[in-house]
Amino acid sequence: MTRADSGASQTSEPVIDVSGLNVDISVPAGILHAVSDVSFSVGPAETLSLVGESGCGKTITSLAMMRLLPRSAKLTARHIRFDGMDITNYTEKDMTRLRGNRMGMIFQDPMTSLNPVYRIGDQLEEVYMRHRNASRKEARERASFLLEKVGIINPAQRLTQFPHQLSGGLRQRMMIAMMLMCEPKLLIADEPTTALDVTVQVQILQLLRSLQKEFSMAIVLITHNLGVVARMADKVAIMYAGKVVEQGSVQDVFDRPTHPYTRGLLECIPRHGLTAGHDKLGSIPGIVPSLVGKVTGCSFRNRCLHAEEVCAMRDVALRPVKDNHDYRCLFSPEELAGAREGVAAQ
Amino acid sequence: MSQTELARSAPPAPKGPVEEFTTLAPSPRELMKRRAKSHIGFIVGMSIIVFFCIVAIFAPFLAPHDPYDQNLSARLVDPVWGAKGTWSNIFGTDAFGRDVLSRLMYGARLSLMIGFTAAFIAGVIGVTLGIVGGYFGGKVDAVIVYLINVKLALPVILVALSIASISGGSILVLILVLGLLTWDRYAVVVRSLTQQFRDQEFVLSSLAAGASHARIIFREILPNLTNQIIVVASLDMAIIILIEAALSFLGLGVRPPTPSWGLMVAEARAVMFFKPHLIMVPGAAIFLLVIAINMAGDGIRDVTSPEGRG
Amino acid sequence: MMNFLIRRLIIALLVAITVSIVGFGLLRFSGDLASLLAGENATAEDVARISQAYGLDRPIYIQYLDWVWNALRGDLGKSLFTHEPVSELIMTRIGVTATLAFAALAVGLAIAIPLGVLAAVKANTWVDRTALVISVAGQATPNFWFALILIYVFGVWWRQATVWGYKLSEITILGLQLSGLPISGSATWQHFVMPVATLATTIMPALMRLTRTGMLEVLSSDYVRTARAKGLSQTSVLFKHSLRNAILPVVSLAAVQLGFLLGGSVIVETIFALNGVGFLAIRSIERIDFPVVQSILVFLACTYIVLTLFSDLINAKLDPRVRLS
Repeated sequence: MTRADSGASQTSEPVIDVSGLNVDISVPAGILHAVSDVSFSVGPAETLSLVGESGCGKTITSLAMMRLLPRSAKLTARHIRFDGMDITNYTEKDMTRLRGNRMGMIFQDPMTSLNPVYRIGDQLEEVYMRHRNASRKEARERASFLLEKVGIINPAQRLTQFPHQLSGGLRQRMMIAMMLMCEPKLLIADEPTTALDVTVQVQILQLLRSLQKEFSMAIVLITHNLGVVARMADKVAIMYAGKVVEQGSVQDVFDRPTHPYTRGLLECIPRHGLTAGHDKLGSIPGIVPSLVGKVTGCSFRNRCLHAEEVCAMRDVALRPVKDNHDYRCLFSPEELAGAREGVAAQ
Repeated sequence: MSQTELARSAPPAPKGPVEEFTTLAPSPRELMKRRAKSHIGFIVGMSIIVFFCIVAIFAPFLAPHDPYDQNLSARLVDPVWGAKGTWSNIFGTDAFGRDVLSRLMYGARLSLMIGFTAAFIAGVIGVTLGIVGGYFGGKVDAVIVYLINVKLALPVILVALSIASISGGSILVLILVLGLLTWDRYAVVVRSLTQQFRDQEFVLSSLAAGASHARIIFREILPNLTNQIIVVASLDMAIIILIEAALSFLGLGVRPPTPSWGLMVAEARAVMFFKPHLIMVPGAAIFLLVIAINMAGDGIRDVTSPEGRG
Repeated sequence: MMNFLIRRLIIALLVAITVSIVGFGLLRFSGDLASLLAGENATAEDVARISQAYGLDRPIYIQYLDWVWNALRGDLGKSLFTHEPVSELIMTRIGVTATLAFAALAVGLAIAIPLGVLAAVKANTWVDRTALVISVAGQATPNFWFALILIYVFGVWWRQATVWGYKLSEITILGLQLSGLPISGSATWQHFVMPVATLATTIMPALMRLTRTGMLEVLSSDYVRTARAKGLSQTSVLFKHSLRNAILPVVSLAAVQLGFLLGGSVIVETIFALNGVGFLAIRSIERIDFPVVQSILVFLACTYIVLTLFSDLINAKLDPRVRLS
């Protein structure tokens, strides 16, 4: 089941609009094409999910939006439009004005994402003081307010504690509160629940959804858990080896998965549940090819049931299944569906 | 562990192309050799060490003069680059008319011999204590940590000076003292590594198979420590050479007329403004040897664990 | 926190007791003090007389307990040669040595920390490599040699009779007799420039490398990524969020280095004829003035123990994980 309230946001100006994003990283062995030709856009109060195995480029994509890539990485794009402005060539100084202020990011491991030597309050307040020129007192009030928003009962006391005194779930709430201090338009969440207990996972996801509604934020949610996608996202982009292999509304992609990789993923999960899905994502046999050096042809071919010689020779562009639902394969949806049934019949 | 988790922890079944990749991958030893060959610091350091070793071993054949031979009519002769230098005394002669190059060569013998043997003694003590503490833990470990703390609290140079002075300062005593005063580094490193290994599967499985503690220590743990011990040993040897030079410089290490680099610098102090090369040459020898040992040690560390440079 | 403190104190006390035994025993087991004091041509009676006069004929544990008992009351014995109280000898000289050590540590840290931070921020660039070369070279330089080079460089290049407070003629004489000419009382700040530079060069490399390693680790940590994602300024990311964490191990090392400086300044004190504890130590060692030597050894060891205790407290202050666990 996908979210029903996505209709309204489709018409308005997108918060983030990424087009033709490439990230190349220098490694000892050569140039690693970590992300190639990724395009998507997310509107206010809309959630896009980036899905894929680890190493597929989803985290690099999100860091690229924040312009937080390591120095060895080189970013090129047709454009990365944030709130109408192209930030592709923003200087570091311009970016520091956006980060934490109008775009925020939360990370996978709340245990290591907070600075161990400073009090929670200090870490929350400094964001507000920096971006809003607020006094310590105003920042403290704001921090208390947000801690309540993220469901923390005794904010005043929590603000004086150090990260190691809190549980993982609480720390992730602190991270969310910290990134919402300045009411950003875009929140990037990089596997925000992976490191948490299952019951806490659900709470954090629900919290993100309610906060999204309240602040009308665009969310880019990175996950390898298709159950999370089904619950949270309006749109989904399936990534494989640095490229988007299929993207569209969650409804369309889940109802009519077209790329063999997407189909493999979806077949692996039972239709219910948050929990079982992600374990199986890597269980399609075969290995992801190296992305170092020039990559020709379809990266999925050595794991694909439909692969033919031509797949190794030709690069494939995204092509539509229908409006706003694209996939990246040489074969037509019908061919893929037919061959699939052929295999199944054997 | 649930059924799915078990399934996940099993390695994926290899299919087709995977096997090609695994057979192509070079072995860790092969990779290490490759890294060593491209590590400039390691190569330069090792070359200098080898050079010094050759000079030290063959000093009696290579030295142009007897290092003890005083020639009072040819005192403070300029080195070959000096105004009145000759090729017969490349680095000139000292205040007693002894050939500096020959003394330098015999000095290399002494430095390397003291550095090597003292580092070895320190290594035996430190590694033993480190393994015992790390492996057995508990009270045994507490005692060893305590010993390390006692050792660290002792002012090394003053203790060495006192003992060397009171006992008369033979080279053997010097070696023993330096060995007994520098084992702490080995103990600290080996102890923490042993703690890490102790709980790893290969050790636990040997224990489960009924292997004795001695067998586990010598067969399972010690071989895994070799690289790190070599790195520590190189650092330790460099430090010992520096301390020996300092003690000899202060007149309480190696005694005259034995050719020691530190002593050569001390003896040249009186004439340092007229014959600066007499302090420069032996000092540079110490510097070069120590830097080479450090470079080789850093190299070994980089080559054996490429991720941890620092 | 209280438990942590008490446990540390007890261990420190035990270590101090052991060190005093070791320091005391070392001198007596290294050789026969009485015959050394009596000289080479002494008769057996002379040796016996000296042995009795200094109490060296008593069982060693009696000697030790006697010494400790007096030491606890502030009496460390008297010098065999000047007959001054040892505590007085040390106290009048500790100022020079402490000045040297603290100044060298301050200079060392003032160079090591910025250089280490810079090397980590510019990791694997020429800046980093230069810093590495400096540290490797610094570590390999014998400090007595470095001190002499300083004297030579200033003396010959500046062509002045007085270099940083030292008359060149004086320095050359110092070279002739290692026991030196103590410039006690007359030392000005200038006299400390070259010795401090020498000692700072000795301790700087290790501090620099540790800062660099710590910074590299911290800079790639999740919480620094968080700090950057918050849009904080480069200064705040580097100093407030990174250095504060990277500095923790450096504090511990600095305490160790300070202990080393107090004991290791013997070389520069000798070369520059500064009348500090190291200078006193080496003269006493040469003369087998054992009451002075054993007191200095134990005094320096206890100073080291106190310093490391301090560094643990500072670490607890800086790191809430230590403090609150």
